[in-house]
Amino acid sequence: MASTIPKKSDSALRRTVVDEATVRFCGDSGDGMQLAGTQFTTTSALVGNDVATFPDFPAEIRAPRGTKAGVSGFQIHFSSKEIFTPGDTVDALVAMNPAALATNLMDLRDGGILIVNKDAFEKKGLAQAGYQTNPLEDESLDSYRLHAIEMTKLTRLAVEGLGLSTKEADRCRNFFAMGLVYWLYDRPLAPTLRFIEQKFGKRPDVAQANTQVLKAGFHYGETIEAISTQYHVEPAKLEPGTYRNIMGNMATAWGLMAAAHASGKRLFLGAYPITPASDILHELAKHKNFDVLTFQAEDEIAAMTATIGAAFSGVMAVTASSGPGIALKGEGLGLAVIIELPMVIINVQRGGPSTGLPTKTDQSDLYQALFGRNGECPMPVIAAQSPSDCFYIAQEAWRIAVRYMTPVFVLTDGYIANGSEPWRIPNLDELPAIPVQHPTARDRHLHDENGHFLSYTRDKHLARPWAIPGTPGLMHRLGGLEKQDGSGNVSYDPQNHHHMIETRARKVALIANDIPAQKLDGPDKGQVLVLSWGGTFGACATAVHTLQAEGKSVSHCPLRYLNPFPKNLGEILQQFDHVLIPELNMGQLRTVIRGEYLLDAIGLNKMQGKPFSVGEIVSKIHELLKV
Amino acid sequence: MSIETTLPVLKPADFASNQDVRWCPGCGDYSILAQMKKILPTLGVPQENIVFISGIGCSSRFPYYMETYGMHSIHGRAPAVASGLKTCRPDLQVWVITGDGDGLSIGGNHLMHTIRRNMDLNIILFNNRIYGLTKGQYSPTSPLGKMTKSSPMGAIDNPLHPLSIAIGCEATFVARSIDTNIKHLAAVLKRAAEHQGTAFIEVYQNCNVFNDGAWNYAKDRETKLEKTLSLEHGKPLIFGKDRDKGIRLNGMEPEVVELGKGISEDDLLFHDEKSPEPSLAYLLSRMRYEDGFPEPIGVYRCVDAPRYDDMANQQLEQAVKEKGKGDLAALFHSGETWTVG
Ligand code: SF4
Repeated sequence: MASTIPKKSDSALRRTVVDEATVRFCGDSGDGMQLAGTQFTTTSALVGNDVATFPDFPAEIRAPRGTKAGVSGFQIHFSSKEIFTPGDTVDALVAMNPAALATNLMDLRDGGILIVNKDAFEKKGLAQAGYQTNPLEDESLDSYRLHAIEMTKLTRLAVEGLGLSTKEADRCRNFFAMGLVYWLYDRPLAPTLRFIEQKFGKRPDVAQANTQVLKAGFHYGETIEAISTQYHVEPAKLEPGTYRNIMGNMATAWGLMAAAHASGKRLFLGAYPITPASDILHELAKHKNFDVLTFQAEDEIAAMTATIGAAFSGVMAVTASSGPGIALKGEGLGLAVIIELPMVIINVQRGGPSTGLPTKTDQSDLYQALFGRNGECPMPVIAAQSPSDCFYIAQEAWRIAVRYMTPVFVLTDGYIANGSEPWRIPNLDELPAIPVQHPTARDRHLHDENGHFLSYTRDKHLARPWAIPGTPGLMHRLGGLEKQDGSGNVSYDPQNHHHMIETRARKVALIANDIPAQKLDGPDKGQVLVLSWGGTFGACATAVHTLQAEGKSVSHCPLRYLNPFPKNLGEILQQFDHVLIPELNMGQLRTVIRGEYLLDAIGLNKMQGKPFSVGEIVSKIHELLKV
Repeated sequence: MSIETTLPVLKPADFASNQDVRWCPGCGDYSILAQMKKILPTLGVPQENIVFISGIGCSSRFPYYMETYGMHSIHGRAPAVASGLKTCRPDLQVWVITGDGDGLSIGGNHLMHTIRRNMDLNIILFNNRIYGLTKGQYSPTSPLGKMTKSSPMGAIDNPLHPLSIAIGCEATFVARSIDTNIKHLAAVLKRAAEHQGTAFIEVYQNCNVFNDGAWNYAKDRETKLEKTLSLEHGKPLIFGKDRDKGIRLNGMEPEVVELGKGISEDDLLFHDEKSPEPSLAYLLSRMRYEDGFPEPIGVYRCVDAPRYDDMANQQLEQAVKEKGKGDLAALFHSGETWTVG
């Protein structure tokens, strides 16, 4: 169809090279916006851009069609430079219905490109979105470059003759929007055509329809005079290597698998479905041929305690959840600490308290990870700072767990778990080896003079031996009652209890000797130090780079190790006039830093279920620079 | 050096750990411990392959007294701990020690799901109808009206019946025994150990400190033959000191009948532990002495069914067969990739 319309004259087309751009697709949760976003991401990555993405899932999965609660979005920031965030504002917004427009327009920059499906702006849709008048017909959108396109109609025309029902035809609309945006940003269609082939191969009519619609959207851009500028983003100069795009939860799963491989262990995941952590379970459940056992437990408590049983059995034992689930695991975590078995506990943080905001991001479980158990119950806590960092943090967690015989907490969050970025695929020999040794009856130093195995004998890391069932001569009993150091027998001795509490704390503190020194991005003294942790890394790094380029005295200290802190952290903090700690909570790290270093750190706190924008951090730093 | 091909011959005493047993003198737990030590050497399972997992409560101290691997875990969670262990290591023989409070109250959820998965575990529920460790509150099996510290005017919670619950959860092996009936207990424990899949055993256990005599009717020389009925597969349900009474089915209901007077053994209900449908086992689990029935002891149900631990491991093997052994490099490079030169 489109090919019969003459292309616009070359004089009408301007091709502009830009460093970077941010695009957001939004529509009803049934409009295929996540698919559009991931396809655009893959394509952008394949042409060599650096990319960062932010999927925004609807708050309610089954919200009525066309309502604001059912709006789903996907934002992609792509660049010829290295980038760390999905972008503060959007250059081009695709809104498939009025509700999507109403809930997303505020993020479109002035003069930005606005593409809407005009057909969806009818009475009911407008009313559902709360519009009194049709915004396409009044002047409210005048400050944007609006393209109101009859996407439903054009999509139906494009699939005419394929024998699809209207419903099936309408389901292809997202491909029209994609085709148009592909043209707008000069992206090739080939990767998505390959995807269509793979995904819909069993339904050739549907595959054909999607292909035709994608092309129709692309040709529409080529043809329509109203869209006069095409943008081009050159490849980024990334470190040489083979890349793929990776999402945080997938990176976590693969990191766990890599760690299991590096330690020669079977991987066990005990989990109960919970947003936004379930994708770790889904990903691992796919890889049974890697000796990965997934156990979907009856509840979070069983997920935790089955993980403890798995750890006792001698495998790499992991549980993954989010805040409410971690709350239920608290008692089990206490047992894991006192029986000193290695395991990994992952919290993909979401908005709390209680059920809170399941699909939205937050960093408010740091206290929970550090303190959320009865008794003196120290656990190492580490946090991933980006989607691909999840891969490395998962391995680091297991390395620490087995060397120190302790459960290790990993914090990620909904933002990095569902976000994605290019990842340079490592060679397996680049990955850390994680040696594990189990004692045998021949290890005489682990026995008393009567030949009884001393299950709480400690090595130089204060770790006890990981003796596993099935090993002759090492039979022993673990349990939640206080243990006598050395023998591992139940002990109510006051001095022993005091000693054991100190020993468990000292063991975790010792890990500070075994982690890299904290690195600083920028000069090691100056006016403002931005201390970030976990997922706020990207926005903080970008903000600091922006200000450094302006010659401002700002440095960035991105923390991954939260318990224990790197040994040189205190020293770093002392060298700046101000320490700013941006957090998606009320200031949890700030309290800990103040307590630990008696330092009056300043907070920047946001509790909106959304990550920081770069602008928010930049303006707070400006404020401090003036002081 | 010779290679040992046979297992060392073990005695019950070999299964005693070096820890002092700290139950109250006279507690029914001692007898269960003794019977366990007696049967373990007869099973042909290497000592180091046996694991006891417990929760919290008097009975849950059990693992400390066994010279095997063990874990005294947290309240109610033993079935879940054991499930993780057994799924990863089907080569181990795993026992779960629990009580009426631990297993049916705080841990009811785990018990239910472990049983329905038919995880290959042997679960022994020590039923003393009281909270012993916390010094005498009513438990989920305490009868209505039971006066305790926490129910001074009598318990108003309707009690649970452990075997009915296990059968409702599709248990493949269900049995009941009594702490003092040591021959019977040993035989039931042995059969549980030999069963593949979840074996659930309720043991009437006397807490002589906080609920002494709760099971007297089933234990006393004078009453036990009238108040209990020993189940035998394929045999009619007969009981009584003179073996002169039996259980007959009247429609859907059991009834006690006297033999002779025109009623012969052939008229009685015959026990069938292999029945694919659990209805008979359930009916037996509902017979209670308060209602004028003898309470059946022995094996109620013993059927074969697929086991979770086994299937989980089979799926791993099948996945390797279908997809080949996992290759991390290939996985990382799957899907769309690009190279920066
Ligand atoms: S309190 Fe009762 S159940 Fe507990 S050890 Fe004493 S007698 Fe046994």
